[in-house]
Amino acid sequence: MAFENLTGRLQMALRRITGKAKLTEVDIEEMMREVRLSLLEADVNFKVVKDFTSEVKELAMGEKILKGLDPGQQVVKIVNDELVKLMGNEAVLVDFRQNGPTVIMMVGLQGAGKTTTAGKLGAYLRKNHQLKPMLIAADIYRPAAIDQLMTVGQKLDIPVFQMGIDVNPRQIVEKGLKHAKEQGYDLIIIDTAGRLHINETLMDELVDIKKISKADEILLTVDAMTGQDAVNVATAFHEALDVTGCILTKLDGDTRGGAALSIRKVTGVPIKFAGTGEKLTEIEVFHPERMASRILGMGDVLSLIEKATEEIDEDEAMSMMEKMMSGKFNFNDLLKQMKMIKRMGAFSGILKMLPGMGALANSGKVDDKQIVYIQAIIQSMTEEERKNPELLERSSSRRNRIARGSGRSTTEVNRLISMLEKQQAMMKKAANFSPEAMEKMAGGAMPSMQNPTAVSKGKGKGKGGFRLK
Amino acid sequence: MGIFQKLFGSKEKRLKAEKYKIGMEKTRRGSLSSLKDVLKQSKKIDEALYDKLEEIFIMADIGVDTVVGFVSELRKEVKKQEISSPIALENIIVDKMFELYLKGEIVNTNIRYNEGGLTVLLFVGVNGTGKTTSIGKLAHKLRKEGKSVMMAAGDTFRAGAINQLKIWGERVGCEVVAKSEGADPSAVIFDAIKHAKEAKVDVLLCDTAGRLQNKVNLMKELDKIKRTIEREIGSSHYETYLVVDATTGQNGLSQAKIFQEVTKLSGIVLTKLDGTAKGGIVLAIRNELGIPISFVGLGEKIDDIDYFDIEDYIYGLFADFFE
Ligand SMILES: Nc1nc2c(ncn2[C@@H]2O[C@H](COP(=O)(O)OP(=O)(O)OP(=O)(O)O)[C@@H](O)[C@H]2O)c(=O)[nH]1
Ligand SMILES: [Mg+2]
Repeated sequence: MAFENLTGRLQMALRRITGKAKLTEVDIEEMMREVRLSLLEADVNFKVVKDFTSEVKELAMGEKILKGLDPGQQVVKIVNDELVKLMGNEAVLVDFRQNGPTVIMMVGLQGAGKTTTAGKLGAYLRKNHQLKPMLIAADIYRPAAIDQLMTVGQKLDIPVFQMGIDVNPRQIVEKGLKHAKEQGYDLIIIDTAGRLHINETLMDELVDIKKISKADEILLTVDAMTGQDAVNVATAFHEALDVTGCILTKLDGDTRGGAALSIRKVTGVPIKFAGTGEKLTEIEVFHPERMASRILGMGDVLSLIEKATEEIDEDEAMSMMEKMMSGKFNFNDLLKQMKMIKRMGAFSGILKMLPGMGALANSGKVDDKQIVYIQAIIQSMTEEERKNPELLERSSSRRNRIARGSGRSTTEVNRLISMLEKQQAMMKKAANFSPEAMEKMAGGAMPSMQNPTAVSKGKGKGKGGFRLK
Repeated sequence: MGIFQKLFGSKEKRLKAEKYKIGMEKTRRGSLSSLKDVLKQSKKIDEALYDKLEEIFIMADIGVDTVVGFVSELRKEVKKQEISSPIALENIIVDKMFELYLKGEIVNTNIRYNEGGLTVLLFVGVNGTGKTTSIGKLAHKLRKEGKSVMMAAGDTFRAGAINQLKIWGERVGCEVVAKSEGADPSAVIFDAIKHAKEAKVDVLLCDTAGRLQNKVNLMKELDKIKRTIEREIGSSHYETYLVVDATTGQNGLSQAKIFQEVTKLSGIVLTKLDGTAKGGIVLAIRNELGIPISFVGLGEKIDDIDYFDIEDYIYGLFADFFE
C-alpha cells in the first residue's frame, strides 16, 4: 500500500545488504529499484526518477563508496546528498531593486494558493527586509477573488489596489504600479488569476503583465500535492514567462512533495519559499535538505546518519581513533567515547556505526541505561586506575572497591575491564590489518572498520570523524 | 470482438466521449510516449514493453501499487490468451481497466433523492480543489434537470469564500444560506437545512472550507457537520462528495482514506480534467478503497460539469487508439 510507511521498502533492501563487506552491482541495482519506487510514490516524475536513479547508480558504484562504513546506509546517504544538491542551495532570496519598487508576480494553476501566498509573502518581506508592500488584485475571473485578497490585505494591514472585475488586468497592473510609485511603496506583489498552462489567451495575458510590470520576480505557485503533471505545468509556465522561482504550498499536509524535485530538475527553477499552513504567517524560506528527506521518506535513517556524521566533533573523534589504533586506549578514553555516544542519543542504533563498537552493540547487552552504569563505574576509579587499566587487572581489592563505590556488581566491573581489553586488542590488530581481515576477525559483528586514512580532516559542512564518503 | 470495439465502434459514442478526449488530448501531445505508439513500435511482448506500459500508467498518476498490480494482471491475461502481438494488448488493457474500476460490481452513483423531501449534498476536500465551483456548476445542472436547489455557505473560514458562493448563487439563480465569516459551519448548515425544508427545496448543496486531511481539529469540525446533517436528514438521502483535483498525485489516496473515515464518501468529484492531468489517482482510489467517481469537472464555466462515465474516461485515457 502506498500509505504504509515509506521507509519500509528501502529498509527491506537495506537489511539484505547490511553486514556485507562489499556492495555488488546487483545490490546497488536492487537498492536503486527501491529508491525508484519510493520516489515514484512521492510523486516525483517518472522520467526524472529514471534519470536521477541512473545518475546515483553511477556514483554509488564509485570506489570510495564501497570502502565505507555501512553500505546500505551509504547508498541512502548518496541518494539524499544528490537530492539535496539537485534541490539547490538554501534561501535563494528575492532580488530587491535598489531604485524604484521591486515587483513580484504570482502565477500558477487554479487553486494552487496564489492569493494567500501573495499576502504571506508581503508580510514576510515587510518583516524581514523592511519593505513597504502593496498588493495588486489582477484576478478578475474567479468569483470573489478580489474580495479574498482584500480580506487578506486587511488582516495583514497591507493595502490592496483593485479596480473591480470590469477592467482588463493589464490596465489594472499599469495603474496599480503608477499608484504604488506615487505612494512610495517599494514592494509590489501582483496576484494574478489561476489559469491552465494550455490556455493560450490567458498565458498571453501573463506575458503582457510581465512586460508592463517589468517584474523582478515571477513566482510559480505550485501545490505540493501535485502529481506527475507538475512537469508539464512548470515547463509551460517557464517557457512562457521565464519563471524566477517557485513556491511550494500546502506543505503542512502529509504529501511527500516529489513535485518539488521534478520541477527543479526539469526547469532548473529554484524553489524559494514554502507555504506551511493557512495562517498568514505560515511561510518559510525553502529548505532543500528537509525537502530531500521528506521526498525520500527516510527521515529516520537519515537522521541517524546525520547524527553520526555531524554531532561528533571531528578532532575529538580523530584523536580517539588514533588512540584506539595505537592500543593505548584507556578508561578515560572509553568514558569520552561513552559521552560522545550519549550526545548522539539513541545509543544502540548508533553504536553499530562506531568503529570497534559493533561487537558491543551486537552482544545485545548494552542499552542506554548501561551507559550510565559504565559511567558510574569509571567515575569510581582513581585517575591512575583510569590511565592504567593493568592496575585493575592485577588487584581484586581495587575491583571490589570500585564496585562498592559505583553501586554495581563486581561482575559488571570485570565485564567492563575485559571489554576494554578486547577493544585494545582489536584496535591493535586493526592498525595492522586490512578492513576485510578485521571484518572476519570480528566475525561480522563489526559492521566495517574504517581505515584511519579514510577519516578526512577539515571542518565545515559534513564534518565528522566518520565520514560516509 | 473485444469490449473495446463494442464500446467505441459507434460514432455516437465516440462523439459523446469527445469532451473527455479534448480535456486529455494535450497531455498526450506533451507526454513522452503514447500508448498506441508504444504498442505499434514494439515487435514483441517483452519486459521492455511492460516497462513502457508501467511508465504510461504511472505518468497518468494511477499510482505505483495499482499500476504494479494492473501490469501483473496483464501478464496473466497475455499468458492465458496466448497472445504474442503487442497491438493485441489494446483490448486487454481496456478490458482490464474496466475491471479495475468496476470490480465486478454495478457501480451506481446516482444521487439518492428523497422524493418529495429534501436531499442534502455535502462537498468536502483539501484546499483549492474546486468544491465551491463544483457546487455552482452542479446546482445549475440539477436545476436544469428540474430540481429546485439551495446552497449553504459552510466555508466560514477562507477569506471571500462566502461571497464566492453567493456569486455562484446569483449565476444559478438560487438562494444561498450564509452567516458571517467565522461562524460555526455546523450552525450554518443546520439553519440551511431548516430553511430548505420550509421552502420545500429538493436539493441543498453544502460548501465546506478546504482542509488538509491531517489536521485533526478541522476533521473533527467536519465530523460535527456530518452528525448535524445525519440528525436532520438521516443517512439515506444525504451524499458526501470528496472533490479531488485531477493534478493530484499519490496524496489523493491519503485524502480519500482519511475523509472516508470521517464522513463516509458517496463518491469523488474529479475536477480540472480540462487541463493536462489525467487524474489517474481516482482509479487507485477506486481500486484500493472502493470509492467510485460521481462527477467530473471540465472547466470553469457553469456548464462544465458532467456525470462520471467510466467508458468516457477510459476513452479519454486511450483516445489515441481510435484516431
Ligand atoms: N480549469 C478548471 N478550473 C476549475 C475547475 N473547478 C474549479 N476550478 C478553479 O479552481 C479554483 C479553485 O476553485 P474553488 O471552487 O474556489 O475551490 P475550493 O475547493 O472551493 O477552494 P477552497 O474553498 O479555497 O478550499 C478556482 O479558480 C476555480 O475556478 C475545473 O473543472 N477546471
Ligand atoms: Mg471553496
